[in-house]
Amino acid sequence: MSSARNLSNALRRARVPRPRLILRSALPHSPVATGLRSFSVSSTVRADRQIKYTSDAYPNVKRDPTFGELTADDVAFFKQLLGSQSAVVDGVTADATDDIEPFNSDWMRKYRGHARLVLKPQSTEELSKVMEFCNQKKLAVVPQGGNTGLVGGSVPVFDEIVINTSRMNKIHSFDEASGVLVVDAGVILEVADQYLAERDHLFPLDLGAKGSCHIGGNVATNAGGLRLLRYGSLHGNVLGLEAVLPDGTVVDSLSTLRKNNTGYDLKQLFIGSEGTIGLITKVAIICPPRPKAVNVAYFGVESFEQVQRAYREAKGQLSEILSAFELMDGRSQRLVHESTGNKLPLESEYPFYCLVETSGSNAEHDMEKLESFLEHVMGEGIVADGVLAQDETQFQSIWRWREGITEALSHLGGTYKYDVSIPLPELYQLVDDCKQRLTEKGLVGDDDSFPVRAVVGYGHMGDSNLHLNVAVRQYNKEVEKAIEPWVYEWIQKRKGSISAEHGLGIAKREFIGYSQNDTMVKLMKQLKALYDPNGIMNPYKYI
Amino acid sequence: MASGLRILVPVKRVIDYAVKPRINKAQTGVETAGVKHSLNPFDELSIEEAVRLRERKGPLKVENILALSAGGPKTPDVLRTAMAMGADRAFHIDVGDSADGGPEPLTVAKMLKAVVEKENINLVLLGKQAIDGDQGQTGQMLAGLLGWPQATQASKVDVKDEAGTVEITHEVDGGVETLRAKLPLVITTDLRLNEPRYASLPNIMKAKKKPLEKKTLADLGVEDTRRLKTLKVTEPPARTGGGKVEDVDGLVSKLKELGAL
Repeated sequence: MSSARNLSNALRRARVPRPRLILRSALPHSPVATGLRSFSVSSTVRADRQIKYTSDAYPNVKRDPTFGELTADDVAFFKQLLGSQSAVVDGVTADATDDIEPFNSDWMRKYRGHARLVLKPQSTEELSKVMEFCNQKKLAVVPQGGNTGLVGGSVPVFDEIVINTSRMNKIHSFDEASGVLVVDAGVILEVADQYLAERDHLFPLDLGAKGSCHIGGNVATNAGGLRLLRYGSLHGNVLGLEAVLPDGTVVDSLSTLRKNNTGYDLKQLFIGSEGTIGLITKVAIICPPRPKAVNVAYFGVESFEQVQRAYREAKGQLSEILSAFELMDGRSQRLVHESTGNKLPLESEYPFYCLVETSGSNAEHDMEKLESFLEHVMGEGIVADGVLAQDETQFQSIWRWREGITEALSHLGGTYKYDVSIPLPELYQLVDDCKQRLTEKGLVGDDDSFPVRAVVGYGHMGDSNLHLNVAVRQYNKEVEKAIEPWVYEWIQKRKGSISAEHGLGIAKREFIGYSQNDTMVKLMKQLKALYDPNGIMNPYKYI
Repeated sequence: MASGLRILVPVKRVIDYAVKPRINKAQTGVETAGVKHSLNPFDELSIEEAVRLRERKGPLKVENILALSAGGPKTPDVLRTAMAMGADRAFHIDVGDSADGGPEPLTVAKMLKAVVEKENINLVLLGKQAIDGDQGQTGQMLAGLLGWPQATQASKVDVKDEAGTVEITHEVDGGVETLRAKLPLVITTDLRLNEPRYASLPNIMKAKKKPLEKKTLADLGVEDTRRLKTLKVTEPPARTGGGKVEDVDGLVSKLKELGAL
């Protein structure tokens, strides 16, 4: 069993390159994963180019003059408080530009701050003292987990102190009977999932960045991901959490109860608050049993109408075992093909592809359902062609056609990403309209004289969540002006959301009005002022 | 001499190679219940190659591809996969489920010999080994029993002419070796031979209608004799985890402590 299995494993990997998996397995246990990720995914083409400072890209955002300036005394206080050398990356009293750079920029190389100090507390108590001090001195802070965000929420803008959660990485408890897991905020998602796998359970959240992202960050941004369709959102799965308020107060709401109707459910405020009212330190989350049988099929579909029919059929016939229904357009799949060199799963090319995953407890029962579904959609001509993974390797490589899109795009240059919710019937219309608009403006083309390389769409069909991606040769104001605010107006007209799962950060902050009315925004601002009167938590972002 | 290729592809249902096998409590074998099984990866390559020989439309037409597997009641799953990939028909030799990996290679080779003779096969494409028992003997034993030429660990198979001349490239230490032989022939496949295709939905459905015959060893005049007894199966010694050091000085003193410096 040993050698041939390992050998074939190794050789197959060499033959079918799976860069993301390799990236994942190389990084998850390393505490510096946060920083390294940006280098691992950026292509050599851009490696030599400097990332533009966010403060230059957003000239109307000015440093809040009421914030204090970091002094050598402050740094000495933090060093004395946090002890260990690796807990403080000090760019104030020493030159630590290279060490701080990974914390100052994001992996898309889109946002870059001027932070000169990174703190990595190891416990809630340490963090509480840090916050208390910062609040007194009015020192602004940016909470940062795996720094895998897409809207610049975890990157400083000016000289905010980066508070990184990577050293708060303990798994506290897991109850096999109830399935409740209690972890520190800095536990990497994949590490938690592996821990649960050994106990036949599953983390109810899965996303492309799982090898680097932190659970605290996932909760703070209310991450959605690939299996939301099946397991629901974090608002439902997170049973309790512990957070530190800007003044150092520890909010202990670490309940492990499913039912708890005693007063306002304040923990919900922290879920999706993007670190603007407090920093999450621990999370209690309910985890479902790991499905024993998982199958995945990949379809080629002739039109978006047929995709919708396929989705309706999948819901009807696969109902309780359906765990993902993902949409990818033809262009996105061609890009993955070009960047990985892998053979396309289907013989011919189609305008749309879907990935359907089922998870259940009984392989035979699931297979029976899946096969009758497949026969039906093929027989009715709803899908034109398709494949069904026959083993684990094929399962992984089919998923790569969906999960590899982000990475394939990152190899091409920059990407304008729009993560939006739109009522299902018009979901894909946005991509067509956007492409038409950019083509009419003469921005799209195959050679280097055109700024835009491709307009692609993919996303979580099951959640009416589309990722509109405009791949550009370099970030360009002209392209940005052609897309924004047009895209937001388009979405507003259809009562969609301008940010379905990526959040607001700095990227979407000024556009909140397209999805929330004045009263809502006012209430949010009141909340922010109540919890963070000095405004030191993740400033210049969110609202 | 040969008018067409009649190919036999023996396949095995094994624990999926991406699944980590666990040893059972009695230490007599690995736990198979509730573990994902699939087609042995090397056998996937032999089916793919048989199908490609047909699609390549070489000097010898492929008349028939017969997939065969010996195993318990779930064996037809992998035979349907083989037929979805392009095999024309399948034999399931029912030997029941067994925790010890099934019949020994010699028994399997005898069984295959009987099928080769009955079905007038002139090319047998086998995986070089099954990843459960890792024995890697069946192909060679079969060639010996049949008195046929054999080419092992093929990374390229090329039918040269209508007379049934076949050139096979296989990897040897530090290079490749090209062999020539005439049909009938036994070939065992290695990883670089090809990249197996996905089973497409239309083909999965077609495969359901392809003939799958169930037979027993007795039908083929073979007895399941065992010459080997598995005494004990154990895990390799667990790797001791590494430690972390805070800085360069810590690393140096650690290395000194371990006697590496």
